[in-house]
Amino acid sequence: MLKKMSYSSLPEDVLEHVFSFVQSDKDRNVISLVCKSWYEIERWCRRRIFVGNCYAVSPRMAIRRFPEVRSVELKGKPHFADFNLVPEGWGGYVYPWIRAMAGGYPWLEELKLKRMVVTDESLELIAKSLKNFKVLVLSSCEGFSTHGLAAIAADCKNLKELDLWESDVEDPSGNWLSKFPDTCTSLVSLNIACLGSEVSFSALERLVVRCPNLRTLRLNRAVPLEKLAHLLRQAPQLVELGTGTYSADLRPDIFSNLAGAFSGCKELKSLSGFWDVVPAYLPAVYSVCSGLTTLNLSYATIQSPDLIKLVSQCPKLQCLWVLDYIEDSGLEALAATCKDLRELRVFPSEPFGDEPNVSLTEQGLVLVSEGCPKLESVLYFCRRMSNDALVTIAKNRPSMIRFRLCIIDPQTPDYLTLEPLDVGFGAIVQHCKDLRRLSLSGLLTDRVFEYIGTYAKKLEMLSVAFAGESDLGLHHVLSGCDSLRKLEIMDCPFGDKALLANAAKLETMRSLWMSSCSVSFEACKLLGQKMPRLNVEVIDESGPPDSRPELPVKKLYIYRTVTGRRIDMPGFVWNVGEDSALRLS
Amino acid sequence: MEGCSKTGEQACPQLLDLMAKERRKWLVMRDGEASSSEEKKLELRLGPPGGEDKRWSLKDSTNRERDDHHHQYLLSLGYFSSTNNSNNNGFSFLHHHSSRSLPVMAKESSQPCCTKVADLQSAAEKKAFPSSAPAKNTAVPNSSQKRTAPAPVVGWPPIRSFRKNLAGASASKLPASESPNDVPSKTVDEKPAHEPGRKNPFVKINMDGVPIGRKVDLNAYDSYEKLSAAVDELFRGLLAAQRDSSAGGLVNKQEEEKAITGVLDGSGEYTLVYEDNEGDRMLVGDVPWHMFVSTVTRLRVLKSSEVSALSREKCRTRYWLD
Repeated sequence: MLKKMSYSSLPEDVLEHVFSFVQSDKDRNVISLVCKSWYEIERWCRRRIFVGNCYAVSPRMAIRRFPEVRSVELKGKPHFADFNLVPEGWGGYVYPWIRAMAGGYPWLEELKLKRMVVTDESLELIAKSLKNFKVLVLSSCEGFSTHGLAAIAADCKNLKELDLWESDVEDPSGNWLSKFPDTCTSLVSLNIACLGSEVSFSALERLVVRCPNLRTLRLNRAVPLEKLAHLLRQAPQLVELGTGTYSADLRPDIFSNLAGAFSGCKELKSLSGFWDVVPAYLPAVYSVCSGLTTLNLSYATIQSPDLIKLVSQCPKLQCLWVLDYIEDSGLEALAATCKDLRELRVFPSEPFGDEPNVSLTEQGLVLVSEGCPKLESVLYFCRRMSNDALVTIAKNRPSMIRFRLCIIDPQTPDYLTLEPLDVGFGAIVQHCKDLRRLSLSGLLTDRVFEYIGTYAKKLEMLSVAFAGESDLGLHHVLSGCDSLRKLEIMDCPFGDKALLANAAKLETMRSLWMSSCSVSFEACKLLGQKMPRLNVEVIDESGPPDSRPELPVKKLYIYRTVTGRRIDMPGFVWNVGEDSALRLS
Repeated sequence: MEGCSKTGEQACPQLLDLMAKERRKWLVMRDGEASSSEEKKLELRLGPPGGEDKRWSLKDSTNRERDDHHHQYLLSLGYFSSTNNSNNNGFSFLHHHSSRSLPVMAKESSQPCCTKVADLQSAAEKKAFPSSAPAKNTAVPNSSQKRTAPAPVVGWPPIRSFRKNLAGASASKLPASESPNDVPSKTVDEKPAHEPGRKNPFVKINMDGVPIGRKVDLNAYDSYEKLSAAVDELFRGLLAAQRDSSAGGLVNKQEEEKAITGVLDGSGEYTLVYEDNEGDRMLVGDVPWHMFVSTVTRLRVLKSSEVSALSREKCRTRYWLD
């Protein structure tokens, strides 16, 4: 006789224990759908939530469903805000979340924000209300000043991590560092690289000295090179270091001091900073190169020979960010030395010039794709490309996961054949079956979108500019890309048809951004009215979009949400849902 | 979804009729194939998903989604077209587009068809969309015809502000390896996000009484007069709107909008000031324009009466973004 095994009769705490081994949000979500009791158990033991669009859900709802969360991650503005496409005041305010969490998550430990507006008031509220607060990551955020940072420093007694990754911080005032009390010894990670103002070096030094667990220290440009050695000797356990300005008078004593300090840092795996690099000082880091896995030289305005010298000493390099000064020759050296390379980002030194100022072409990328078997993530700015090169890259690296190519001049064709680059990108999506992120550039017709719709089944994020010929292009993507979550489009001739024909698809995605396309206001209104679970927001700074319905909308941002229209829209954002006429300002 | 299918059921019979007419529009957008196979493909699409055609093929597992999707499409087209009749204005652009394209749809080979459609598209697009990206290249290979002078487009190339013009940061100091004393050691006081020397031409500007700040692109101006005019243009409407909301009534905006003048000479209600890369607050207009552009980090439009009472401490607490 078979004994019927009833999984729901397992005691709750056993199930909870089992669930605790499941960290991935996706899996947790699936668990919660098994049955009502699993839903209940799961929601009480979820410790971490990620909200990819802060307007998709209200803080109250999140707190109500997951009452015991210790770590929250939120994202605010659309990605194109990074490139000045989203006007100031658009939104993404974190304050309502902080206010709700001050009451609902008093034991919150971690807060990670990206592209959100964070005010000093918000930071002060965190400092005041969250007694166990440990980790604050503000990535590409703005709206706060060093006063807010001072509150965090002063009141968060258990602070482990303060990371201001690429944020915009108001008001040059360095005293906030002194607000860390002498009793604060818990810091593990401090990233102030984005701060424009000087910080008090003595306060910094005292902080570093009393925090034995400090692993990550990213200094800002204002920290002079002469003082770096001193700091390093106080923290030889550092794993990640961002230098300040990397220039000084050429003096042998400064150099030997620096080189000596670096050689004492046996654990260093990641280097960044390097503003204003004087090449003569680069050899000071040679002693740590053999262990480096990450190197961010994207501010280092040094030429290819110096870059080659440096990179050739880093055989364990996994991630390199560099300016196009590295040139094809430098990338060739990279390909020869760094067989463990996973990620390469090449930024343009002169993005607004008409003529190439460096000898960096598609060849460099091809060489890296040939020489680095683990290459999976690429961001590459260049001025010319060919279908052949793209096909080669695709065939070389079928395991590519992120491929972002920016050919600087819009609509540049294949420089060899003058044809569109459809076939090249088509090869990328066809061969790289696990591709999750793709950015297109160059001359592209609807055909490339047909390839993408057909092959890019795992694609989650697509960025498009100056591409395509008709709605068919957009239709291919929306109807074919099964995993699509984020789509951002600028300056493409995509209009109403594809959007309306794929309206249901939009509910399966996080968001869609379209600017300078051909979508009519009527279509937006229709979409907004028929799809209650989408917020269809039109951004127009010159006036109400329905006053000129014959013109296409300038900027359109559509995202799924369970909370309806947001209440913090500024005057230039219109939610064109049902009662758009009655919108309260 | 549920809501949509409810209404969809009722509307379906008419929508199928519309679909027959609408089908033509979709045919147009396909790059050239014989029309009969076109119709066949679309018929397949209307019914339960067939498997033959890869391009339009629908996997079995996604049947349901496709059906819903399909209903959505019909529904949208249906409503789309019914409002068509009542409001010609809004759809003239689209009507124009589709009726023009119809005769082109024929048994031509792909390239020319694409081109023609693209041309008509561009023509149609341009009518409704005159300020779009400059003349597109079509698929025709002979075009090394790129736009002559690429106009600066906001958002392109896609790099963050603090990465722009790094070459200018160390100026011509791309030194050969061992040259001495190129860069004197200095305590740098620049913000990577808003570096002076105009690495980032976008400068924040706030105005007294207007909670929302703006950003201006200093590269767009070459004189204080032009900047002053831009300030007026930027804030006039916003200021009036603020007055509106504080007045609480519906006021005719046109009448209430006052020009913002005299910001440079102290004669107006407002005065333009700026902060430079050393953190000092200065009146706009005192130094040569190029010097101003290279040192300004942010702008403020203050009430003229407040300007004389300026002090650093006061200003620091006043202008929190909140």
